[in-house]
Amino acid sequence: MTKFEINGKRVSVAAESDTPLLWVIREHLQLTGTKYGCGGGHCGSCTVHVDGKAVKSCQESLASVKGAAVTTIEGLSPDAGHPLQKAWIAEQVPQCGYCQSGQIMQAATLLEKNPQPTRDDIVRHMNGNICRCGTYTGIIDAIQRAAREG
Amino acid sequence: MEARISRRSFIGSTVGLTFAIGLSPNGSWLISEAGAKASENQIGAWVRISPDDQITIITPAAEMGQGSMTGVPVALAEEMDADWTKVTLEMAPADPEIYGYSRGGGSKSMRISGSRAIRSYFAPMRLAGAQVRKVLIQAAAGEWGVDPGTLVTEANVVVNRATGKRLSYGEIAAFAEVPAEMPVVSKDELKKPSEFRLIGTPVPRHDIPAKVNGTAQYAIDVHLPGMVYASTVHGPVQLATPQSWNDDEIRKLEGVIDVVQLEHGVAVVADTFEHVLAARDALSVDWSNDAVAEGFDSEKALDAKYEAIAGKEDASSRVHEVGNIDSAFESASKVYKANFRSDYGYHAQMEPLNGVARFNKAGDKVEIWEGTQGPGGSREEIAKALGFDTSQVIHHQQYMGGGFGRRTITDYTIEAALVAREIKRPVKMIWTREEDLAFGMFRPQNFQCVEAALDGDGRISGWRHCVVGDGDRLIYSGIKLEMYYGIPNQVIERRGTSHGIRLKHWRAVAHPFNIFAIEGLVDEMASTEGLDPFDFRRRRMAMTPKAHRVFDAVERMSDWHTPRADGRALGLSVSERSGSLGAGVVEISLDEKRGRIRVHKVWVAIDGGIVVQPQMARRNVESGVVYGLSSVLKERATMKNGAVVQSNFHDYQLLRMADAPEEIHVEFLESDESPKGLGEIGNPFIAAAVANAFHTLTGKRLYHMPFTPERVRQALEA
Repeated sequence: MTKFEINGKRVSVAAESDTPLLWVIREHLQLTGTKYGCGGGHCGSCTVHVDGKAVKSCQESLASVKGAAVTTIEGLSPDAGHPLQKAWIAEQVPQCGYCQSGQIMQAATLLEKNPQPTRDDIVRHMNGNICRCGTYTGIIDAIQRAAREG
Repeated sequence: MEARISRRSFIGSTVGLTFAIGLSPNGSWLISEAGAKASENQIGAWVRISPDDQITIITPAAEMGQGSMTGVPVALAEEMDADWTKVTLEMAPADPEIYGYSRGGGSKSMRISGSRAIRSYFAPMRLAGAQVRKVLIQAAAGEWGVDPGTLVTEANVVVNRATGKRLSYGEIAAFAEVPAEMPVVSKDELKKPSEFRLIGTPVPRHDIPAKVNGTAQYAIDVHLPGMVYASTVHGPVQLATPQSWNDDEIRKLEGVIDVVQLEHGVAVVADTFEHVLAARDALSVDWSNDAVAEGFDSEKALDAKYEAIAGKEDASSRVHEVGNIDSAFESASKVYKANFRSDYGYHAQMEPLNGVARFNKAGDKVEIWEGTQGPGGSREEIAKALGFDTSQVIHHQQYMGGGFGRRTITDYTIEAALVAREIKRPVKMIWTREEDLAFGMFRPQNFQCVEAALDGDGRISGWRHCVVGDGDRLIYSGIKLEMYYGIPNQVIERRGTSHGIRLKHWRAVAHPFNIFAIEGLVDEMASTEGLDPFDFRRRRMAMTPKAHRVFDAVERMSDWHTPRADGRALGLSVSERSGSLGAGVVEISLDEKRGRIRVHKVWVAIDGGIVVQPQMARRNVESGVVYGLSSVLKERATMKNGAVVQSNFHDYQLLRMADAPEEIHVEFLESDESPKGLGEIGNPFIAAAVANAFHTLTGKRLYHMPFTPERVRQALEA
């Protein structure tokens, strides 16, 4: 049993310690907003926060989050009211939507440390997250809007 | 959780107004609920108005990010004069006889591909909406004892302007009944574009709120009680068949429940997905060595074989012929010729292919959860694979994490169903990304030879285009010019070859590579003739009026004649797709040392008919531009010894944010024509636009897509 906290709730998971955190979150805990895209750390669809840092959950093991606080898209805000979520809707960013949980979780850690990012700051921070629908313009617009509107 | 997008049963509700859709000799038509109940034909709900003034509309359009699950019902709501803030959408069941659009010849389909959703459903949805509105007006007229012709509607309200009386749709629904005989609506009674309240305005997409909080449900998110996990390992050589494998060893692994042989693969089944992954890694299969793809080397074939096929005379390969090609070339004052090549392309939809299947106890019914572009066809294919009648397959459509043509075929869900039947438990089948790529269905690689003849006045009088590749029609789309250029003598030839590699429609099918060749040669002629690319097309290519409009617009938008900063250059190209026509300009720079092209700005002018959802349409075009550019600059699948070489996104690279254009400007030209497809118009033009800009910048031409750093450096040295 590995104990940790997810979205403010304590959980214990009875999977092997080397199970990728992604599958723990998606299948054991059934928090399916976090997506499987590549399993190799290339695409960022599975991005979550571990102790406030954005990580690719397919590259983390269950053991690595023992005692840690994990946040997924479901826990980013109590009512989907995070400035990024509001901006994402205002800019109508998602298309297929599959990568967008990861995009939002990645973007959230940028605004935490850099509340007024430049376009270059955004690109550098977000470049590990692929969007196959090509919503990059919308993502940049939405991050800038969230920075502006808070 | 499992059925968040599903149809609730409307028929039999006791309050409110339900409009059903039924089959009549004239095709689908709205009928009353009573008529629907009495009908021996298949019926289904379409629109429901409840006394609390809420409206529910069934949306038939599969949603993969293009937004048409919202756009299609907007057309109905428009004619019905619905208040969109009171509209809820529900996904239609997989029943094309009821919810399909007409494909002509009496056949119907729900398949959403080829940018088809809005252009196919627009007219029938408007007529249905107008019928509902007429019923509401008649009911209000009856209540007030006035002539229906004196009444008008506003959003969700019938209004008597003479008396000032108003009845909301909900109020009407509380007392009215849908007449047994629904009123007939003619096209003349529909709104004029100037009267539209919803069409042409930015209606927010229904699916977006759920896509920013993690609740949007894709098939891969489905959980069922007692469900187990599976993943198939297919042969490294595509379509090889499994002969034997280390069965005993696999079955001893932690959590493994079963190992199931499939026609072209072996599925491992386990209690958790991590156990499936471990079993996949441990699985060692002996494969047949008689697959057609055995030994196939894609690069060698493209280098050595395709050009030779193009070089042989073969009149039987002519698929399009206009005028007299021989005399055009015999009398030519000048002839231009160039060869182009493009590599295999992979769909790379972000959600790896997957499906969920559950049988009933008796084993004579299966429930399916999947995201598919063709729910009707998918249901039939699954039934066929199981030896079932279609009625034995209950289908739950889910959001798709990308389609791009790949999700028009349902091989992955068929595997889920076969495994679920074998092991008698609900199964979630997930292909890993590696599997999704190795067993991919690709946009075919191809070789093209394009020749043009100039007459004595320098006009293009003859056009010969030969495309060589596997996949028959998959290499042919987008090769005809008539929507934009009028060339009096033309021959188009399609020459096949076969490698045993699985192929499928990719976004815009063959347009991306055919337009690359067409517009590449046009630009080559323009520069050699010493003319501006716009002038050359206007003076020498007999452009259609539509083409003039889009070229004029993009010339203005891009400020074409204003010189760019040092190290920057512009390139021009055009494309038609699904009835739309678009001209585009790109502005690029080049890192010569690294062989990297950077596209900074893109301008696209599109004539796409009436644009139902302008905001969504613009995002669709931006998406097409990025998808297209990804394939132009990065994407490349190759096969060695019959196996796909690339395995994941580290070696099959997709365009990332750092390489995406900084600006994409999209303009839709005013039009009263019915809506055309906009889901793919953004990507076919971009290859030639980039190559043409590259020529302006460097004086060199790129003839092989994608324009990888190696190829860019080779071109610079040539």
